[in-house]
Amino acid sequence: MRTRSLDHLICEHPFFAGLAREYCELIGGCARNIRIDRGGYLFREGEPADQFFVIRHGHVVLEIVAPGKGPLRFLTLGPGDIAGVAWLVPPYRWVFDAQAVELTRALAIDAGCLRDKAEQNHDFGYELMKRFMTLLVQRLHAAQLQMLDVYGSPR
Amino acid sequence: MAARADGASAPFLPRIARVRSRRRETHDTWSLALDAAGMAGEPGQFNMLYAFGIGEIPVSVSSDAAATGPLVHTIRAVGAVSEALAALRPGAALGLRGPFGTTWPLAEAAGGDLVIVAGGLGLAPLRGAIRRALAERGRYGRIAVLYGTRSPADILYRSEVERWRRLDVEVAVTVDHADQRWHGNVGVVTKLIGRAGFAAAHATAFVCGPEIMMRFTASALEAAGIAPARIHLSLERNMKCAVGQCGRCQFGGSLICRDGAVMRYDRVRPLLTIREL
Ligand SMILES: Cc1cc2nc3c(=O)[nH]c(=O)nc-3n(C[C@H](O)[C@H](O)[C@H](O)COP(=O)(O)OP(=O)(O)OC[C@H]3O[C@@H](n4cnc5c(N)ncnc54)[C@H](O)[C@@H]3O)c2cc1C
Repeated sequence: MRTRSLDHLICEHPFFAGLAREYCELIGGCARNIRIDRGGYLFREGEPADQFFVIRHGHVVLEIVAPGKGPLRFLTLGPGDIAGVAWLVPPYRWVFDAQAVELTRALAIDAGCLRDKAEQNHDFGYELMKRFMTLLVQRLHAAQLQMLDVYGSPR
Repeated sequence: MAARADGASAPFLPRIARVRSRRRETHDTWSLALDAAGMAGEPGQFNMLYAFGIGEIPVSVSSDAAATGPLVHTIRAVGAVSEALAALRPGAALGLRGPFGTTWPLAEAAGGDLVIVAGGLGLAPLRGAIRRALAERGRYGRIAVLYGTRSPADILYRSEVERWRRLDVEVAVTVDHADQRWHGNVGVVTKLIGRAGFAAAHATAFVCGPEIMMRFTASALEAAGIAPARIHLSLERNMKCAVGQCGRCQFGGSLICRDGAVMRYDRVRPLLTIREL
């Protein structure tokens, strides 16, 4: 019963829009509901990236600590977004911090569990990777724009 | 079609205006309120401002001519002329020609939702349009103002943006980077488009900012369902005469001073990716 409702939450989430129900079930089998209070961390730099987060409510900010400067914030994620991509590739470690800037509800997906299922069922794995590839390309384009500093002074 | 206006009757002759007040907006940007009897300019238009002995540059109108209050120009100090203008104190004189160019097509947008996307200093040419839309709030469906800039310290018209937020307008601000004191959005302005509530089929969009930002934004607005003919951009090229004579601001078959600066995305899209232009 618990898993079934998680499947529904997966299928209803924009990131998984159009995904076959059986695949939602596979993901739901690796999912659990979590709640993070404002100021809490979903993950921190250097820790094992053994899960990722499907954000349902609230906002999370990605940040990185620069010596002597404190955390630099560079991306806000909200409902409909995914937090965490480092679980996709070795060495499976977070390279940023993700802090909840307000009460956040998400599905935490066990990365090892999902990678195993993708290995066993490549059709499923391919569907999953297509979604993550889209996300990664969007994030890359956004990051490049931010790096270009288009609003900076022309001098 | 964006409306056209031809500026003053003697377009090459600057008239004298005086600085009524000067206000610092960010570390490199100032707003000048001018006493310029009878000279105004509709939202989207620009004036040629002349710093005596230094030079003349195009600067957009940042006020709304329909409202009471002085003509306002917001100037970022980037070079000789803009630095001299931005440094002018109350009472100082400057030369002014205009207004020139097309306007934001507010009348065309009436009846549907209005999506305004500004990047950096691009909020300045849009401020008059936002003020006008707010003054005539009932003419539009939903109004969304999406503003992206470099950092929290670079937010233009900060208290006014806060005020818009309290009115019947969806205001979302995002910055490229911030420290922990900033609790707003961080990321590119296009990300705000997906989150904004508007009915794309009847929406009109006004976009102004650095050209790279406008290219990405226009294509994201189109992907969100707004027809390219209803997306309007304000383009920038260096100018000299401002009245379609010298050809300095030529952009394909158009002159930005005469056919723009506000132009329709479906008409300019093919030109936006030509590097030589
Ligand atoms: C229609 C129109 C409306 C404008 N509205 C405004 C406005 O509201 N506020 C404002 O501050 N500026 C505005 N500008 C830009 C402004 O005209 C330029 O910043 C100005 O011409 C620079 O002149 P300068 O002598 O100060 O600097 P310059 O010495 O000529 O240039 C200094 C630096 O700025 C760069 N630069 C020059 N012109 C531009 C430009 N158009 N866009 C980007 N970089 C440029 C140069 O490449 C150089 O690196 C507008 C331009 C146009 C065409």
